[in-house]
Amino acid sequence: MTQMKERLVQLEVLRYNPDTDTEAHFQRYEVTCYEEWVVLDALNKVKADIDPTLNFRWSCHMAVCGSCGMMINGEPKLSCHTFLRDYEGVIRVEPLAHFPIERDLVTAPDDFMEKLKRVKPYIIPKEKKPISEGEYKQTPAQLMKFRQYSMCINCMLCYAACPEYGLSPSFIGPAALTMAHRYNQDSRDGGRMERQEVVATHEGVWECTFVGACSEACPAHVDPASALQQMKITSSIDWIVEHLIPGGKK
Amino acid sequence: MSRRPLVREVPPTSWYFRHPLYLRYMSREITCIFVAAYCVLLVVGLQRLSSGPAAWEAFLLGLRSADSIVFHLLALAASVYHAATWFGATHKAMPIQIGEDFVQPNVISGAHYVVWVVLSFVILYLAGVF
Repeated sequence: MTQMKERLVQLEVLRYNPDTDTEAHFQRYEVTCYEEWVVLDALNKVKADIDPTLNFRWSCHMAVCGSCGMMINGEPKLSCHTFLRDYEGVIRVEPLAHFPIERDLVTAPDDFMEKLKRVKPYIIPKEKKPISEGEYKQTPAQLMKFRQYSMCINCMLCYAACPEYGLSPSFIGPAALTMAHRYNQDSRDGGRMERQEVVATHEGVWECTFVGACSEACPAHVDPASALQQMKITSSIDWIVEHLIPGGKK
Repeated sequence: MSRRPLVREVPPTSWYFRHPLYLRYMSREITCIFVAAYCVLLVVGLQRLSSGPAAWEAFLLGLRSADSIVFHLLALAASVYHAATWFGATHKAMPIQIGEDFVQPNVISGAHYVVWVVLSFVILYLAGVF
């Protein structure tokens, strides 16, 4: 068996204790890690061997749960999916940008959760039918129309990447709007006009200026930027039909 | 224990220095200034044309100045950058699904380049270049 290579890793971690601190500050840790480890492993080693007061969220350790999002050298990343071998020198670890810091690397996701609810991220059936009539069927082509958008793991990296959300916190934001698009594109759904009340507003897609950082940051290879641009087009068509075409209505 | 989350402000004017991607975004936004300025120049040209032959000739003479040529070169570069970055992003705004598959992004951007070249030749033809 090949021997795993060890390496002394220097981490600079942003700390904030709401009980004692008024500002956040960086704390330096030096910890011996295996080269094959990810940043989350290094943090766990720090917590186990050096400083048990260090707080951070994680769960699955396999880029599925979306809990361990952090800024690593200024980039929003899942710390369980960010390998130490890709970094040299001091690795700077901060909580996700644009979210309030609850404690150390733990952020408050309340704003995102509230916005996610507002876009009604569930199927609103076109026509309700009793269970006795069977399932709502869908072809593979109809599935592919929205499949990539359904891969979102709610990790909020796209919010940390989006400068618009940082500057205008009322922006509904990439993941929540992408979820609206995912259900709008679903052949079983009939709720688009209900979602438009949130989507086609200044806080909705029109706050997006297509920086595209959300799509670069997404660890699940979802393309929120594409979802938002497509919704801008459908929202514009809605407006034209309603205001410029005689007899046209939403 | 009550919650006391720490809110961090985003600098309103210098945020785009935080990441190369933000800088690329801002550089594309700035090209709009040249595109808009060139549109204004065209409107001024139309106004000069409607004012008679003397005004039109003076306008044409102004276009031949060194300042004007520098502006046109900058506006051309900005417009090409603006167009190329938009063509590269069109597959996001206008994906084309055929059956279960999506048309490749380079096919969509390539089609835009083809239409751009064809339209440019049509305009040059109408302007009497050929």
